[in-house]
Amino acid sequence: MIEIKQLEFRYKRRRPVLRDVTFHLERGECVCLLGPNGAGKTTLLKCLLNYFRPESGSITLDGKDICRMSVRECAAHLAYVSQSTQLTFPYSVEEVVLMGRVAHMRLGASVSERDRKIAAEVMEYLGIREMSEENFQTLSGGERQMVMFARALAQQAKYLILDEPTASLDYSNQIKILNMICKLAAEGYGILMTTHSPDHAFLASSKVVLLREGTVLEFGSPELVVTSENLSRLYHVPVCVTEAVLKNTGGGTSQKVCVPILRKGDESNETGSPKKKSDPAYSHPSCSGHGPRHAGRL
Amino acid sequence: MAKERIRFDLLVAGLMGLLTICFFISFGVGSYPVSIITVWDVLRSRVMDVAVTWEPAVEKVVFQVRIPRILLGILVGGGLAVSGASYQTLFKNPMVSPDILGVSAGAGFGAALAMLQSGSWAEIQLSALFFGLLAVVIANLIGSICGKAEITSLVLAGIIVSSLFHALLSVVKTYADTDSQLPSITFWLMGSLGKGDMGDVGMLLPVTAVCLTVLFLFRNQIDVLATGEEEATALGVNVRRVGLIVILTSTLLTAVAVSICGIIGWVGLVVPHIARIFTGVKYSRLMIVSFLIGGFFMLLMDNIIRGVSSVELPLGVLTALVGTPVFALLLIQSRRRSAS
Repeated sequence: MIEIKQLEFRYKRRRPVLRDVTFHLERGECVCLLGPNGAGKTTLLKCLLNYFRPESGSITLDGKDICRMSVRECAAHLAYVSQSTQLTFPYSVEEVVLMGRVAHMRLGASVSERDRKIAAEVMEYLGIREMSEENFQTLSGGERQMVMFARALAQQAKYLILDEPTASLDYSNQIKILNMICKLAAEGYGILMTTHSPDHAFLASSKVVLLREGTVLEFGSPELVVTSENLSRLYHVPVCVTEAVLKNTGGGTSQKVCVPILRKGDESNETGSPKKKSDPAYSHPSCSGHGPRHAGRL
Repeated sequence: MAKERIRFDLLVAGLMGLLTICFFISFGVGSYPVSIITVWDVLRSRVMDVAVTWEPAVEKVVFQVRIPRILLGILVGGGLAVSGASYQTLFKNPMVSPDILGVSAGAGFGAALAMLQSGSWAEIQLSALFFGLLAVVIANLIGSICGKAEITSLVLAGIIVSSLFHALLSVVKTYADTDSQLPSITFWLMGSLGKGDMGDVGMLLPVTAVCLTVLFLFRNQIDVLATGEEEATALGVNVRRVGLIVILTSTLLTAVAVSICGIIGWVGLVVPHIARIFTGVKYSRLMIVSFLIGGFFMLLMDNIIRGVSSVELPLGVLTALVGTPVFALLLIQSRRRSAS
């Protein structure tokens, strides 16, 4: 289990970016980190990856403080997938995936047969085996993201840290990635992902952290945390969380969805406008509750 | 996979063969004509009994002039190429050359300063080495003050330091005696293998061996650096430590080479690009192939200088004359390939 307790972080001589951040992540669950730009999501991930050192508070991995771990030791437990990776030089897909094995190699050791086997297995698992010889640079965004997941899995870490894994992907690729996240969580990986799409919290996560201005607003299951009120409070725009009945799937199952309310013609619809914060209609959008009667028809 | 491995082994064997042939041919090139068969006999005579059929001057030419010059050519060319390949991977920038952090500018100033004081050849070398390393240390200090985004600020710090030492060099040039000192400074800045002796080989060989070994040990980590600092950290690579090791070894390789041979440009920039065409971008292979091609290229250039023209053209000038069109060709080809 990864436990983050009263974490505080600031960049040199500036106001704190993270204040009193506390939540935890267990194996087999996916925690979704929601928050507006500048809320400190990426900073939090960088603290988790041992790239930044927090000012106070602790991050423990199965009871062990990660600040006391070496970069290498940390990498054996935590793997990272960034928003989008750019490589200056044309590495092949297999070479990129094999980079995930470096944390397990001794200094001066060559890539072993076992490393190659692991790389081949994860590529097979993610269905990208046939592109192993291809140039990473020429792949599409969705394919690249798959390669990044393969590299993270090749690292054989139990926890995955995903920074907006679906950003800049088309609709089908987003769903492909979300499916995979669910599958990996079911297999026992502990996953922490940031996203700008609150719907993903319902689709893929078991717990949600709402982060605003460096502090945790809420932490809990998506049903309890991702509500119209909380999202409106988080993003300072009116959002309606409602339930959609999935007619085509047969049994009339439902799925919660988040719908932003656009105010057409209202020019003052800017994000973060201080005037708006006190507007009662702003934090309570005219959203008529839940239930199939009001549900959107899909 | 196995096929790729065999292809690489064949490539290395081929390049080594080429380098060996070039090595022996190089003995026969120069203003004093020596046939290759004689060279072979002279070399053999050191370890076995061979009937002496040559004049004593031949032995002197082979052992005191040509052997050091040829060995220096291989070591300097190979060292500069590996240094360039390492920096390009570290800085994630194919346009980077070994003097990115100001080694050459520092060394140039150091050498000029020693010449201004009418220093001996050894003093000039030492001064060049010292100021070359000093320039890189200053660049690193500026970079580390800038903080986290170290790699980018380091490049800018290198530009600052280079400019500073270029300015200081101009100051030295202004004070230099225009009849003797200024020409020797100018020629030193254009590079030459001509002044090296066996003592220089004795210094360059161990430095090159140690630096290459260290870089080879860290070869997998260096590849990971190409993904950027954040991701490399997440992949278990201590970016600061490995980055420092790359900077230290590459700087040492360049500084020692420059202090012996003066400033020789383009090799460190162009050769890694040629090597990538043959072997791909993986650092473990890139460094080996870069070293072999770099050594071969430098030897070839020096042979042209010694063999073709009666006036000895400066080495740095020839590498630039050959390097620039080759680089332009590579650029056009790579743009065409990415367009199609």
